Amino acid sequence: MTLYLHELKRGRLSLIIWSAALSFMILICILIYPEVGSQMDEMSEMFANMGAFSEAFGMDQLGFGDFLGFFAVECGEVMGIGGAIFAALMGISALSKEEKDKTAEFLLTHPISRTGVVFSKLTALLTQILILNLAVGVITALGILIIGEEPDGKKVFLLLLSYLILQVEIACVTFGLSAAIRSKGIGIGIGLAMALYFLSILANITNELEFLKWITPFTYTEGAYIVENVSLDWKYVAVGAVLTAGGIVLAFLKYRKKDIL
Amino acid sequence: MKAIETCDLKKYYRSVRGIDGVSFSVEEGDFFGFIGPNGAGKSTTIRTLLGLIEKDGGEARVFGLDAAREKEKILTRVGYMPSDTIFYSGMRVREVIELSAKLRKKDCKKAAEELCERLDLDKNKKVEALSFGNRKKVGIVCALQHSPDLCILDEPTSGLDPLMQREFFNILEEKNREGMTVFLSSHVLSEVGRHCRSAAIIRNGEVIACDSVRALGHTGVKKVSLSGFKGEIDLDGARDIKREGENVRFLYSAPPKELLSVLSGLEFSDVNISDPDLEEVFMHYYVKEGGAK
Repeated sequence: MTLYLHELKRGRLSLIIWSAALSFMILICILIYPEVGSQMDEMSEMFANMGAFSEAFGMDQLGFGDFLGFFAVECGEVMGIGGAIFAALMGISALSKEEKDKTAEFLLTHPISRTGVVFSKLTALLTQILILNLAVGVITALGILIIGEEPDGKKVFLLLLSYLILQVEIACVTFGLSAAIRSKGIGIGIGLAMALYFLSILANITNELEFLKWITPFTYTEGAYIVENVSLDWKYVAVGAVLTAGGIVLAFLKYRKKDIL
Repeated sequence: MKAIETCDLKKYYRSVRGIDGVSFSVEEGDFFGFIGPNGAGKSTTIRTLLGLIEKDGGEARVFGLDAAREKEKILTRVGYMPSDTIFYSGMRVREVIELSAKLRKKDCKKAAEELCERLDLDKNKKVEALSFGNRKKVGIVCALQHSPDLCILDEPTSGLDPLMQREFFNILEEKNREGMTVFLSSHVLSEVGRHCRSAAIIRNGEVIACDSVRALGHTGVKKVSLSGFKGEIDLDGARDIKREGENVRFLYSAPPKELLSVLSGLEFSDVNISDPDLEEVFMHYYVKEGGAK
């Protein structure tokens, strides 16, 4: 519990900044909807008919003139990319920062097991992601109330849930990598998050690359599917769950035997 | 029971030798020195004992517990001060000390307060604002505040001023009298010679001598000082010859009778024959084993 609280305290400034930044962007997106919504009615047909570009961002299936369509695309970009980068940064540095900052020697010469260290850091990481998503959820609800829209609450919840699951997956995969590296790995974290995002775009553009949908977690955050089916695409979530578990297992196995130099 | 016991302990970093067959033991309650130059394997041995790195062979036990498999139990009884004391940036000294105590699930406020006072440590400063010496002081408090049964210190005095060094050794000696075993890794031979009862010398990843500090001095080598000597020292077995005017000092490895016979043929006004100090013993082992650099 001491290390868990210590981790939360160490990461609080970063969490506050990221939560505030993402919440602010989401709020702005929601607040501008009434103004742009009417114009979007005319533009949504154009957005839906831009061929591969529309397919890449799911705009061929979502109506921009509809609040949920707008929210899924605009807020999806903010929470998808922003949330993924936050999760990757927090995950990749969770364990490795102790070695990079040379504090591992201090920490690991106290009577706390390596398994305990990994567990505390993992739970702190997941707590931070949960807090960020709760903040965004509250701000989203507030924004919707302010503009007086009445979207299907379940659909909004599922959209936000998909971003949460995406962040958990990316955080856990990078957390596993964090146990294996000695540098902070910020480049690896951001690179991985961005690569997965672009894989999802590629997978949407051409049928030949559709297999990439199984690799990238951005597949199950696609607003078009969620809004249409009022459900996540659980087969992709299941693959993500396996990768999430893989990251966690890697972290426990690797860190238990890691030499602290 | 032995506080520390290693047997043929090995550690390689890929193909680079860390330690290669380290064997020694430390009795409970001892004040033990671990001597060797940089790169000899001192820190690797300590890191293996503390479970920071995995051994490649041999055995390492602390209070009879296996260092690899029972490290949490070991660490509850051990205080450790690394050579390079680095803490979480942004934290104040007080917070670091409290964090260390909390990680040990112990209330050490009273002991920490006392140590901070004796070491003249400002608890409200941020750790990144501390000098190297003051960071060392924080390391000392963290290593000692929970009254460990064994304290492992890796080059503890570098960065401490002479007054603080004296206070630090006063604290260690007090704790040692109360029963704490002290394991002092150092290349400052004078402090090992002054404070330790036993010592081990490590060279190229191997312990080449381990005994009481007094016994280590009985190496068969004598330190010979001649005053009023004008001639040249040209003796088989003489080395480390140092001349200052008519005063000559050298180490001599030969049977005592032979030494006396040789000296009787020389012209000088005074002679002093004694056991070498720890520094000279150390050099003796290094030269003898061909490890001097």
